[in-house]
Amino acid sequence: MAAQTPATPAPVGRVGGRKRLTERARAERKLAYMLCAPAVLAMLVVTGYPIAYAVYLSTQRYDLRFPDDREFVGLSNYGEVLSSSTWWLDLTNTVIIMGFSVAIELVLGMVIALIMHRAIWGRGPVRASILIPYGIVTVVAAFAWRYAFDPTTGFVIGLGPISETWAPLAERAGSFFVIIMTEVWKTTPFMALLLLAGLALVPDELHEAAKVDGASAVQRFFRITLPLMKPAILVALLFRTLDAFRVFDTVFIQTAGANDTETVSILGYNQLINRVNLGLGSAVSVLIFACVIIIAVLFIKGLGASTAQQGDDQ
Amino acid sequence: MRKVAITIGVAVAAIFLGSGCGSDDSGGSRTLKWYVFAEPSGAFQDAAENCTKEANGRYQIEIVDLPTNADQQRELVVRRLAAEDSDIDIIGMDVIWTAEFAEAEWIKEVTGAAREQAERGVLPGPLETAKYQGRLWAIPFTSNTQLLWYRKDLVKQVPETWDEMIEQAERLDTTIQVQAARYEGFVVWFNSLVASAGGEIVDDAGDPVLGAPAEQAAEVLKRFASSSVAPPAFTNNREDQARLGFEAGGSAFQVNYSFVYASAKTGAETNPAVKKIFDNMAWARWPSVDPGKKSRVTLGGINLGIGSYSENPELAEEAALCLAQSDNQVIASEKGGLAPTNAALYDDPRIKKAFPFAELLGESIAEGVPRPVTPAYSDISLAIQQTLHPPQDIDPQKTIADLKDNIETVSNGGLF
Repeated sequence: MAAQTPATPAPVGRVGGRKRLTERARAERKLAYMLCAPAVLAMLVVTGYPIAYAVYLSTQRYDLRFPDDREFVGLSNYGEVLSSSTWWLDLTNTVIIMGFSVAIELVLGMVIALIMHRAIWGRGPVRASILIPYGIVTVVAAFAWRYAFDPTTGFVIGLGPISETWAPLAERAGSFFVIIMTEVWKTTPFMALLLLAGLALVPDELHEAAKVDGASAVQRFFRITLPLMKPAILVALLFRTLDAFRVFDTVFIQTAGANDTETVSILGYNQLINRVNLGLGSAVSVLIFACVIIIAVLFIKGLGASTAQQGDDQ
Repeated sequence: MRKVAITIGVAVAAIFLGSGCGSDDSGGSRTLKWYVFAEPSGAFQDAAENCTKEANGRYQIEIVDLPTNADQQRELVVRRLAAEDSDIDIIGMDVIWTAEFAEAEWIKEVTGAAREQAERGVLPGPLETAKYQGRLWAIPFTSNTQLLWYRKDLVKQVPETWDEMIEQAERLDTTIQVQAARYEGFVVWFNSLVASAGGEIVDDAGDPVLGAPAEQAAEVLKRFASSSVAPPAFTNNREDQARLGFEAGGSAFQVNYSFVYASAKTGAETNPAVKKIFDNMAWARWPSVDPGKKSRVTLGGINLGIGSYSENPELAEEAALCLAQSDNQVIASEKGGLAPTNAALYDDPRIKKAFPFAELLGESIAEGVPRPVTPAYSDISLAIQQTLHPPQDIDPQKTIADLKDNIETVSNGGLF
């Protein structure tokens, strides 16, 4: 995951303004375009084409089992998906998982980032050990949490005040709880790492100046650290939100969508892989893609997150 | 950096070269690929070796392992077949795939002398699972069905119906192990209940029937799920969790496949707690729904289909017939605990030794019912899972009416 995409070549051309570019600036811009071209081409091939193909498939009635019945049906697959109660239920479930996990991760991630930032000795080992959960395969983590909360094999059930007959994965709220906790456990380190990068941007001099002026630690955190970190926080939130919206493995392993915990990704999987209904499945995938774009636009336009030039926009 | 690029380049080249060489060795002996679930005991491997030997160098059978989970097996095979993969010669087909694969023309019809040989002496239930629209599409190989397993130290009178069993378990303050996770096994349970109540889920044309028997079945699911005899977390239980729950001693009853007997037997050798359970383990026919009406239980097992894109379909058919012959069915029973499809084998002493309950099993299989025989089976199965799960939320009349609508929707390629 490239958290901070390296900023495009320093904007030299800016000097000349938009109206007239100097000869040199124009030449440099041309060079920049040429240098970018291979990357753009590669992206077109590996992402542009599949997306376009999925959009095309979503306008077809196309079941792999009955290839002869294939025909163009316009937007009716979208109508089918958007008028089904399953899609809306799954969308709600996805938003529940996304909202709770990202919110908890942000708070925990911030705490961990502060610890990592302030660690005086053993920075390397501390950072490495905090990253371990993120290095574990999601499917393995999902199984571990599922077994931990299983009434016959799990150590959690019957622990302290927890009832011995509690079966979280057999009920909706409990299932959400375990799924969200797994997600939080697994991806908080990622969040912490992104936030740590933001913390490093806050100059120490500001803190010292504030300290001299008599600001408390809490005041310094809310008045100095947070505002200066805003771009980093928004980027971290954006990445995690997009990631959480597509949650699949954890839910698939722990409930497979039972107890009304199915997410939109599982819905897409069921249509595409199980029913081999490429038309309907592609429509679901394109709708997921559209949701992802909406989330990204909301973050970037609405909250002012910027994926490129962090920290120098104000 | 450069070094890395070169290494990757070499690795990629090696993959291409490797796959290029392996595929065709057009000498005298042809390799037939048998795609079948990874059977842990090695029974399928034995069968493949026996037939390779019998073929005398004309072909050799190579097993390609599929996942053990039925849904994943199907996903993998379907993807390959939809891409017209010629690597698949013989397919170990779950009994529910027949109509779908036949309709999509992914498998070859079995006709003529081969059909006669494949059908000879086969129990009626398993034979039905290999047929679609009166034609034979696969060669019956193994079968399976569920029995009722109970503890004879606790149960004095074997219940005949689900209602009786639930009442008895309530009195004994014990639980009943079932498969009620949202997966294929839940559909098996529902299908057995509907058939036992004298109904069917869809008719021959694939249209939903359901009606009163299905409502009765839903009533049983609901009653079970809302009672104290449902084990904790039973809505996440599959075959193996049910087996573990029974072996742990918390349950007087269990509906499950015959593998639970072999498993308890093995467990009893090392674990005294399991030995106590195993010594008291007894079996009976799966409970019925209506008193006086025999239960009809869902059939499992695998049939052998011939891939349509195989380069050697005649040889593959010959090999499949060889794999399915009685001797290999006996090996599958003795080693793998998979029940035979050949009727006569149920009187064979080797089978009786492998399955002390052989007579009951043979009878249950002979009178067993297939799951809906329709090309849209996987869609219908998903619809049943989504509509009836979780079982405690069932409202019999309304849920079955919903199910009817949902089955119609998915059969037409829609989404509910």
